[in-house]
Amino acid sequence: MKLLVCVTQTPETTTTPSFSADNTEFNTAGVNYIMNPYDEWYALVRALELKEAAGGSVSIVNVGPGTNDTVIRKGLAIGADDATRINAEPKSAMYVAKQIAEFAKAGGYDVIFLGKESIDYNGAEVGSMLAEYLDMPFVSFGTKLEMNGNTATINRDIEGGEEVVEVATPFVISAAKGLAEQRIPNMRGIMMAKRKPLNVVEPVAFDDPAVVVSYDLPNAKSAVKMVDPENMDELVRLLHEEAKII
Amino acid sequence: MVLVYAESPKGQFKKAAFEAVTYGKKIGDAMGKPCVALVIGNAENAGQLGVYGASQVVQANGAFENFDSQIFSEVIASVAKQMGAEVVVVNHSSSGKSLLGRIAVKLEAGSVSGVNTMPTLDGGFKVKKNVFSGKAIAQYEIKTPVKVLSLMGNSFPPVASGADVAVQALDITAPAARITVKAVETVDGTVPLPEAELVVSAGRGMKGPENWGIIEDLANVVGATTACSRPVADTGWRPHHEHVGQTGVAIRPNLYFAIGISGAIQHLAGVNSSKVIVVINKDPEAPFFKAADYGVCADLFDVVPRLTEAFKKFKAEN
Repeated sequence: MKLLVCVTQTPETTTTPSFSADNTEFNTAGVNYIMNPYDEWYALVRALELKEAAGGSVSIVNVGPGTNDTVIRKGLAIGADDATRINAEPKSAMYVAKQIAEFAKAGGYDVIFLGKESIDYNGAEVGSMLAEYLDMPFVSFGTKLEMNGNTATINRDIEGGEEVVEVATPFVISAAKGLAEQRIPNMRGIMMAKRKPLNVVEPVAFDDPAVVVSYDLPNAKSAVKMVDPENMDELVRLLHEEAKII
Repeated sequence: MVLVYAESPKGQFKKAAFEAVTYGKKIGDAMGKPCVALVIGNAENAGQLGVYGASQVVQANGAFENFDSQIFSEVIASVAKQMGAEVVVVNHSSSGKSLLGRIAVKLEAGSVSGVNTMPTLDGGFKVKKNVFSGKAIAQYEIKTPVKVLSLMGNSFPPVASGADVAVQALDITAPAARITVKAVETVDGTVPLPEAELVVSAGRGMKGPENWGIIEDLANVVGATTACSRPVADTGWRPHHEHVGQTGVAIRPNLYFAIGISGAIQHLAGVNSSKVIVVINKDPEAPFFKAADYGVCADLFDVVPRLTEAFKKFKAEN
């Protein structure tokens, strides 16, 4: 099977975001970047497991500048065969989806994986846009994926439960927690990754239809009000009379 | 006009549908345009969407039994084109998230997912959403003539402003689905976490899954949905769908109880949009107290049953 995994680079989870003085740019100074956890831990690893079980290849695609290469190499170290970076600054979901669709349309991929959302912009948009551009079915929030020939059985998260669906290749799947277990690259993988191909291609022209124009931080919380542990009636009273929430 | 897709899972509208229509009506009012609600497949009393501000309800009749993003997005986009929609609103739900991108591509429209404020219309169409899992807010400008938005739950409470309206049927033959639904399992009787207004969440301080009875008792009395922190889900004490935080479900309930959860930044990211946060923890240095509105510093095994009793007393008196 020919498998493609779309990966994105995000600030690590402990990042406290800050912005330029005019609040129009995210401050990248001092920020550590990682591969989006949903892409790495679940999408990439499940693709590798399928290849290990049934043969084939796992390719990585990323839309981003040259500074993303470290994160892409990590994906190769975990086990992907080759990678392609589309050399552009990703500013909107539709731009990214369009670039990946242009790259993937002639690739003959059986399954295209990506994480359920990026942990920075939390959009969850690229998967459905990509599926639409490629005219493929899209199964979102997959927590389990089994292949039987060219038919996949997928468990997916829905509100308050789960759904089991069947779909034939080719299709796009977004990975949620549970689809696979995180893998740590070993030394051999890291050495091999240096010799694996990382191709750079130029983007197609496409205007961003929606872009971030400014950022804000949430209002600071006022100081916590401590309640006597012996007096839980007081806590209920505060929630009722002061917070007016119950 | 503003077109709102009103979800009707199992033929029933939930609060999310009324929120979306309320939001669509507000945008329509700001633009001086009507708000039209679209229903796909069965829905009990589709005309009730008029109560929340739809001036017209159109219902696609056909064999739309299971949700399918390819089929539903085709219906929504074709109705949007026919009726000349300028703004399309869906919910930021599991269905809505898989529709948004497809609709945007079909309509060549800019989209923003998970919006939680009214758009501003002066000097361009701008709308805000939480980013970095709630650690920041981003304002987007959509530059295309048509805009597609998914609305974050619990952002706009449903407002009854009108009365039932007539339902106009659209005869659409549902195309064959390429995804077959084999089974659906939902926990009945509890409100799913993303929609829940009241949430009782617990963490490693519980010491083991056998102790969760006191959390469930409190949740039952309050009428809340239960949740948990990541380590608790990872060790299998609680099911994964209960995990809230940056890599779990992001929620914004009216009231969030954090019991025996220290408050790591990744956990806070998923819950800090909650309107009121109550933290119960025996460690006075727990970082969660800094993000809390109310705090109780004591052993949770003493405090939680006491709190449950206090709620019972309150419920009996009110």
